[in-house]
Amino acid sequence: MERPFAITLDVGTSLANRTGSWRTQRPVYTTLIPPCNAACPAGENCQAWLYAAEEGDYRTAWERIMQDNPLPAVMGRVCYHPCESACNRGHLDEAVGINSVERFLGDLAIDKGWTVPAPATSTGRKVLVVGAGPSGLTAAHHLRRMGHEVQIREAGPLAGGMMRFGIPSYRLPRDILQAEIERICDLGVDLRLNCPVTDLRGTMRTEGFDAAFVAVGAHVAKHTQIPAGESARILDAVTLLRSMEGQDKPMLGRRVVVYGGGNTALDAARTAKRLGATEAVVVYRRTRDRMPAHDIEVEEALQEGVLMRWLSTIRQADEGKVLMERMELDETGFPQPTGEVEELEADTLVLALGQDADLRLLQDVPGVTIENGVVQVGDDLMTAEPGIFAGGDMVPSDRTVTVAVGHGRKAAKNIDAWLRGTTYQAPPKSEPATFDRLNTWYYSDAPRTVRPVLDAARRHSTFEEVVGGLDESTALFEARRCLSCGNCFECDNCYGVCPDNAVINLGPGQGYRIDLDYCKGCGICVAECPCGAISLEPENH
Amino acid sequence: MPVQRVKFYQTGSFVVGNRLLPAEQRTVQSDLHRTNALTSGHRACQGCGEALGARYVVDAAMRAADGKVIAVNATGCLEVFSTPYPETSWQVPWMHSLFGNAPAVATGVAAALRAKGRTDVRVIGQGGDGSTVDIGFGVLSGMFERNDDVLYVCYDNEAYMNTGIQRSGATPPAARTMTTQAVGAEPGNAFGQGKNLPALAMAHEIGYVATATVADLRDLEHKVHRAMGLRGARYLHVLVPCPLGWGIPSGHTVRLARLATRCGLFPVFEAEHGEVTGVTPIRRRVGVEEYLRPQKRYAHVFSPEPRQDMIDALQARADRNIRRFGLLDGRPDEDGGDAPRRNDACCQNNTSCQNNTSCQNEAPCRSEEQS
Repeated sequence: MERPFAITLDVGTSLANRTGSWRTQRPVYTTLIPPCNAACPAGENCQAWLYAAEEGDYRTAWERIMQDNPLPAVMGRVCYHPCESACNRGHLDEAVGINSVERFLGDLAIDKGWTVPAPATSTGRKVLVVGAGPSGLTAAHHLRRMGHEVQIREAGPLAGGMMRFGIPSYRLPRDILQAEIERICDLGVDLRLNCPVTDLRGTMRTEGFDAAFVAVGAHVAKHTQIPAGESARILDAVTLLRSMEGQDKPMLGRRVVVYGGGNTALDAARTAKRLGATEAVVVYRRTRDRMPAHDIEVEEALQEGVLMRWLSTIRQADEGKVLMERMELDETGFPQPTGEVEELEADTLVLALGQDADLRLLQDVPGVTIENGVVQVGDDLMTAEPGIFAGGDMVPSDRTVTVAVGHGRKAAKNIDAWLRGTTYQAPPKSEPATFDRLNTWYYSDAPRTVRPVLDAARRHSTFEEVVGGLDESTALFEARRCLSCGNCFECDNCYGVCPDNAVINLGPGQGYRIDLDYCKGCGICVAECPCGAISLEPENH
Repeated sequence: MPVQRVKFYQTGSFVVGNRLLPAEQRTVQSDLHRTNALTSGHRACQGCGEALGARYVVDAAMRAADGKVIAVNATGCLEVFSTPYPETSWQVPWMHSLFGNAPAVATGVAAALRAKGRTDVRVIGQGGDGSTVDIGFGVLSGMFERNDDVLYVCYDNEAYMNTGIQRSGATPPAARTMTTQAVGAEPGNAFGQGKNLPALAMAHEIGYVATATVADLRDLEHKVHRAMGLRGARYLHVLVPCPLGWGIPSGHTVRLARLATRCGLFPVFEAEHGEVTGVTPIRRRVGVEEYLRPQKRYAHVFSPEPRQDMIDALQARADRNIRRFGLLDGRPDEDGGDAPRRNDACCQNNTSCQNNTSCQNEAPCRSEEQS
């Protein structure tokens, strides 16, 4: 080509200049584990389903929950949401109302009749699940979806376990519970009620079960020796809450004293209020901060007018009254009696001192060890007897529905692996998405949508649900407050802020790729990533 | 029944893109098919704010002018790093002549287009603060007073970075450069000197003058779009931090631009015919120290002995900007206000808002915010 005077080179693009060779460090896209997911005892991937919910794709969001937890509508009501306590947004304004969005999704699914697909093929293996509580139902759901034949045997007349017989209906309406249980049965899970298992190994052998998951819960009330007059009316909280499911509501009288400091004690006191007691007093040996009950429950109980007597024990119960002794904490924090007594009017004394598990069905199984009234299991939830797994309240753990669901999920994975002759390997955990990894400038501030709470007066007189749900617009609003900690949400920031045009946008849903031919390793994309999903790593030339 | 508007608190608020927004409301930079006016392979330093700012501006201009833009460039970093012959990073028609004559060359290009009847092709002139504030100021002033149909863009990194960080008329007080060393009783650049070029441009009473930074893309794109919709002389002043000259880590370019606006030292506003018509209120205000401390060019302000008098004097400058432009009006002083802003965030925060970038009315959006 003829060139103009004094020109010796053709004009070319700077793309020939691979500036990537300047780099001493490179940006790498990562996925971190957000605090909500890390905190969830049920192993839910909250960030992932919120991501789908943000787009209004509630069906996908719900299906994502169902991969881990088959009871979202229940969980959206009764979970004490450790996810929200851990939520990074709490450092910014207020935690995302993850629990209320879950409830919205769970209710929507029931409303629309959404189902998950039954397994296409059967593995031909049979699993026996003993107990139809949250743990057993969850395990059954997952095992069924993995293609196994599952039979649940429940000793009681109705499925649900403590969700039905322990949690009052003002916290969990029974139609919601029933709907979620039925959805599990519709997958082809064989649920047998009034069908206690007394000899586990025998049953498995004669009926050809390949593995068993035992989750019989803990519903035998603990007792303590309290001297009582003959006509003193004493009952335990478990019996009280269970009898609420029957036709004849228990008669408690006008003044009810509940002894204990756990969630069950508060449930009993709140139930007593709703049954017409003018006065419900919770008596607890220590102080509020040492109470095992969850703060929300204490708060709601106080709002409803439940009275609390801290640092007190019951000495004696007589007709119409109890004798209370004041306690004080010693230097180790243990309550010690002071000898100061006080009389308290009480028509009924309700004991809420914790529960034991009835483990008779395991008594003939060799090797199964029971310590402190609970069955010892390995990390895989298998007992010392191969093929027999256990979970829920009968193994050492926090006794909540969420933990139980987590056990069910974990047991299902391990049972499935065991049936295949392998062991389940949990995927390696990535680093936590801590608050300092976020660039919160990019999120605007917003107050949390507060769930409409029925006013206290209404709560006194009815068993209507105490905490209301979100409607669609508020649920969407709440879901969109998620910061997506440590997980790319395709905000295009990296693609936009690169001075070298070295971030390749792979298109919607595909994420991004660093063009290492031109990336100079300046680190702007890392600094400006809102959710901390890019790391800077040293370059090894 | 009251209808609650759906807001994008998560993704849409201040990021470049937003998968939840309809395509027409997304930024130019989030577009898979953006022009990339300044493409890869240029020789700008790591984390160059000017390279980033130039791509933001010219890409936005290309979209506004339907891809018909001619760029005229003054001498400076931008010219040197983008076109070492025979390579060029520009993917638009681009012309360079001298350090001091870019506005005059742009005027000439505009005149030639007019002579040819090509009103569809638009001209932008661009340069750094050295060529704009100092060397080319005379011809720029001429371009303004003749009201030539050019958008002139100054990428302000507050010194002559290309030649080794010498002081310019845009270098702020107390900043260390090679020609204003951190020595003596009054180290760094002197107080009471230098020029405020946006104010000088306003004094010409041209149709449109605006400031912007690389930290607020939506605002910047809005202003380019606005300017390209007008004819005659227009001026845009973009703050582009320089990691080398400011002494900051290369990854902190955008962060420092953000801090410059959050402390009030760099007011972001727009003006028409000499009058301020809109400001971007400060969100999450900080003191000047937070902006100054990370920059090595201000190291002598903090050590060996802190120079509180200099910090106070710089804070006074920031306070004056805040007062003068009303940068805190209508919102709490500290961190309270995330109400949608005048012209951009309101449109992304409300799907039902149809006003898009021309929306000037914040009142309806604010009241919605409370609902």
